[in-house]
Amino acid sequence: MSAVQAEALRKTFGNVTAVEDLSFAIEHGELFGCIGPDGAGKTTLFRMLTSLLVPDAGSATVMGCDTVRDYKQLRRRIGYMPGRFSLYQDLTIEENLAFFASIFGTTVEKNYEMIADIYRQIEPFKKRRAGQLSGGMKQKLALSCALIHKPDILFLDEPTTGVDAVSRREFWEMLRRLKEGGMTIVVSTPYMDEAGKCDRIALMQKGHILGIDTPDNITGSYARPLLDMRGADVYRLILALREFPHTHSVFAFGESVHYTDSRSSADPEALAVFLRSRGFANITIEPIRASVEDSFMELLEQHDG
Amino acid sequence: MNSFKGFVIKELYHIFRDRRTMLILFGMPVVQLILFGFAIRNEVNNAYIAVLDLSKDDVSEAIVNKLLSSGYFRLAEYIESEERIEAVFRRGKVKEVIIFEPQFAQRLRSEGTAHLRIVADAADPNMAKLLVSYTTAITNGYAQELGQRASIVVVPEVKLLYNPELKSVYMFVPGLVALILMLVSALMTSITITREKELGTMEILLVSPLRPFQIIAGKVLPYLLLSLINVLSVLALARFLFGVPFRGSFLLFMVESLLFILTALSLGIMISTVSKTQQAAMMISLGGLMLPTILLSGFVFPVENMPVPLQVISHIIPARWFVVIARGIMLKGTGLDYLWKETLVLAGMATLLLSISVRKFNERLQ
Repeated sequence: MSAVQAEALRKTFGNVTAVEDLSFAIEHGELFGCIGPDGAGKTTLFRMLTSLLVPDAGSATVMGCDTVRDYKQLRRRIGYMPGRFSLYQDLTIEENLAFFASIFGTTVEKNYEMIADIYRQIEPFKKRRAGQLSGGMKQKLALSCALIHKPDILFLDEPTTGVDAVSRREFWEMLRRLKEGGMTIVVSTPYMDEAGKCDRIALMQKGHILGIDTPDNITGSYARPLLDMRGADVYRLILALREFPHTHSVFAFGESVHYTDSRSSADPEALAVFLRSRGFANITIEPIRASVEDSFMELLEQHDG
Repeated sequence: MNSFKGFVIKELYHIFRDRRTMLILFGMPVVQLILFGFAIRNEVNNAYIAVLDLSKDDVSEAIVNKLLSSGYFRLAEYIESEERIEAVFRRGKVKEVIIFEPQFAQRLRSEGTAHLRIVADAADPNMAKLLVSYTTAITNGYAQELGQRASIVVVPEVKLLYNPELKSVYMFVPGLVALILMLVSALMTSITITREKELGTMEILLVSPLRPFQIIAGKVLPYLLLSLINVLSVLALARFLFGVPFRGSFLLFMVESLLFILTALSLGIMISTVSKTQQAAMMISLGGLMLPTILLSGFVFPVENMPVPLQVISHIIPARWFVVIARGIMLKGTGLDYLWKETLVLAGMATLLLSISVRKFNERLQ
């Protein structure tokens, strides 16, 4: 049986459908990423899988436990790190850790080897209150607290949101080592560039899963010719490209513009000519491989269309 | 370490590390006691009176002397005509005017009855009532000294004094214990639980194997202990600062306090289940619990004097029952043989509210 098995999960709040008929499976030992912008339904999905919310329809099992019926057994077996920094700010690092160990009926000493790798990095500051820690340190502490009772599966809801780039990289490194130790990890993130760190990803938007596969397969199945364009005025460039007859889609991508052609192959030369006629002088046009974000945009368009 | 002990330790850290919590827990009872004890007094002290003596004889003079030497009254002025009465009141200083009828002493001696009129400033009705009753008590006392055949008829109707020793601080202390316990127990519990919701830590507590009653017990126990400490400190302060007696069984008092604290804690938990933010919890606690506790418990205003609908409502106010119990034990030395009914009501409320609050405490997110 899979580590997580969801069947047509649905949750609505008032007249907003947060999660709509999601079915998927996560295998044991997998590092699985739920990727999507705010409001995609990631947190609601996590809360249903961790037994904090009861689905309106459908069902899910986590580690063989039904999330509604067997929630008591389930809660002993999962480690959960909610989206916000949810530790006691007025308690020190070691007090927080000792508290979370105690409520699972264990001690820090007994399970030290479980967290040693991560905890050692913040141990020199163990007398410091959690409220005074940097974002990266808070995140390490939160992960230590979620691991202290040796869970079988970890749910991390946007653990890297609001954390600096270096700490984010370190964090993914820690997750990779945990995975190597056999842990099943389900993580959510709004950052598309983190998708590549996962074994498999689910791209989510407005309560739907647009695609679920390995990152390579997701980007590999991107069918359209994709061009990266750089120029002075991105906004005007987008407006101009929308008037080009063969444009399929145009969207801003950081400081450049990603363009897809509606034909099976694009014609950069013709595009350059078109743009020059619209007064764009120094535009670099370069064919590129699709990123996860490109795939996300494409899947979103297919889904909405 | 077992999970319950860990929880209580964590809760104590929260309490002792938060200056505001400490202030509410330990500063407020002292401040309230001193405020209620010194500032808000229902007793008469140096109230200014004016006298319109149409008789000017030895008896009327003796009565005025008697009033002034009681310490409750101070003479503002003698006035000469009834028309002056209103003017005197309007200036605001004088709270009561005493009018002796003409030939006061002569009538008292020949007919055995003389008339004395009291006009009190009812802008403060409670004070007016008190002044009138003090005056009546003193004049009647004088009449008795004169012998049984003499009687002075005082015109206003007089209500029985509910505080025979005329000390309002005696009356306040039991009510104050109720108020402080309600505040500390209900307000603090509701805030501490909603704080966990607000900070998101409740999510982690809920996905842990802790059962709702364990979370509640761990939250509540530290406040229960601190509330009991508060009871002791208020009693000690009352004793040594205001000389309030403690006549009954101390043990019984503590047990009754425990019952009342449990009731208040359950109310706090119930409030926390319906409020999402600390502010909301605070508003509900203050508006929904504090005001009724002050106004409807008989703590400041006697329940018997309330309009009937309010008297009916007062029955569901836990403090009303506790105030009766506390006054009985502290001031009268009453035992369980007289207070069993109130105790039973309180115990019933505690059981009911506690079981409702544990049941209402959601083990999932709403």
